[in-house]
Amino acid sequence: MNQYKKIMETIQMIDREKLDIRTITMGISLLDCCDGDGEKARRKMYEKIVRKAEKLVATGEDIASKYGIPIINKRISVTPISLVAGASADESYVAFAEMMDRAARETGVNFIGGFSALVQKGFSKGDKILIDSIPEALSVTERVCSSVNVGNTHSGINMDAVKLMGDVIKRTAYLTRENDSIGCAKLVVFCNAVEDNPFMAGAFHGTGEADSVINVGVSGPGVVKSALEKVRGESFDQVAETIKKTAFKITRAGQLVAREAAETLGVPFGIVDLSLAPTPDVGDSVARIFEEMGLGAAGTHGTTAALAMLNDAVKKGGIMAAEHVGGLSGAFIPVSEDEGMIEAVRSGALSLDKLEAMTCVCSVGLDMIAIPGDTPSASISGMIADEAAIGMINNKTTAVRVIPVHGKGFGEEAVFGGLLGTAPIMKTNPFSSELFIARGGRIPAPVHSFKN
Amino acid sequence: MKVVITVIGKDKTGIIANVSKTLWENGVNILDISQTIMQEYFAMIMMADISGMEISFDELKKKLGMVGASIEMDIRVQNEKIFKAMHQI
Repeated sequence: MNQYKKIMETIQMIDREKLDIRTITMGISLLDCCDGDGEKARRKMYEKIVRKAEKLVATGEDIASKYGIPIINKRISVTPISLVAGASADESYVAFAEMMDRAARETGVNFIGGFSALVQKGFSKGDKILIDSIPEALSVTERVCSSVNVGNTHSGINMDAVKLMGDVIKRTAYLTRENDSIGCAKLVVFCNAVEDNPFMAGAFHGTGEADSVINVGVSGPGVVKSALEKVRGESFDQVAETIKKTAFKITRAGQLVAREAAETLGVPFGIVDLSLAPTPDVGDSVARIFEEMGLGAAGTHGTTAALAMLNDAVKKGGIMAAEHVGGLSGAFIPVSEDEGMIEAVRSGALSLDKLEAMTCVCSVGLDMIAIPGDTPSASISGMIADEAAIGMINNKTTAVRVIPVHGKGFGEEAVFGGLLGTAPIMKTNPFSSELFIARGGRIPAPVHSFKN
Repeated sequence: MKVVITVIGKDKTGIIANVSKTLWENGVNILDISQTIMQEYFAMIMMADISGMEISFDELKKKLGMVGASIEMDIRVQNEKIFKAMHQI
């Protein structure tokens, strides 16, 4: 292939197949901003976030212009607020969320993540206050994202936290009921949360990270689909090879952007997150890749195998292309943010149970799924427990981001707009999880031998 | 800095003349030119060196954008590193 064909291939990927850099996320540590006085702590945090991220948006735009590749989002993640607000005497952390929202507006980023708590084994004072503050915090802010880690492979699952998060999700849904309970779209419950994830809503800046860092998330479901159109009818050997090569090219673009952003901003480069992140736009769907592989619709028999292969091939291709790989790295399957997934739910091809099975082999979990507003909080906690168990046993990150849409039921749709998309409300299991969730306590960490 | 300039659209006369005139006026040195027909579209790809350019990168983009609008062609300017990164190990 001569160099001009390669140039045209790249231009076609950007123009027609929606290749883009999904996000440049700056992680900022707030550990040095703790203060016994909440007001002072917030002042220090605001000042640090704005100072560090002052040029983030402009730098992202310059790089996009220089290389002619769109960079969709510029974002910020901070140290979990429960850790840094815990030093203050405050009894609610809503003011911390408001401070984050102001900092996001000032710097021009569209989301700021880190209104978070890590409670896989138990709650500190700060964790408790933060979790209690989540519903109000998400209802009075626009750009703040929240996450709570309730379990991990090494310490098991905190079932008290699982129970609590069912209630928190319901309260958040109620407080943001005017907008189809959109607050829940900005709240993720994790098992095995990662410290360097650049994607929202689950991004936070882990305590093992440098003072500030640049992480980049790439995307490109449309590019993978187009590449697979050229190997229609071929064996899976060919399919896997094609995905790997495509993922390599996509990731190299991400690596270039990450390096350049880090150098320009004078901040260390962290990781490239090798993800296939869909958007509601036509031609930017993971579900359509399954169809290209030969499935009638996402959700039919064979979908889990298709996703497993896709996820693995993306990693294999991307790992060689990037200096450091991290974050969630894999295919995302958010229902409301994927035009093909939305259609699969509408047509009845894709159920909540199938989505749960798919999360065993992909990079996250039950993501952006609208459920009836009258779903009991214990049932939501049950979903969280199931996902956390999948993550814990399989040593992978799993998450739950469900939206019990207040006042709406099965068959209706929630409309969030923008990147968050539209979600047909899915059927949940009508049988009770009440007594199971009421037990509380901890599910012990699993044994790592005798794998069967 | 080397850039790749691509001009895509319906084939017509004066494409190279118009684009290279603008480049010449602003001190951009053309290193190589290639033309292909891609499906029904005409594509011209230029490699150019902009180290001696008298205007900023953004201004060059704007000027070429205006040329593109006048001859009804889509013109883009990209740093060549993006192509190297994606297609070379």
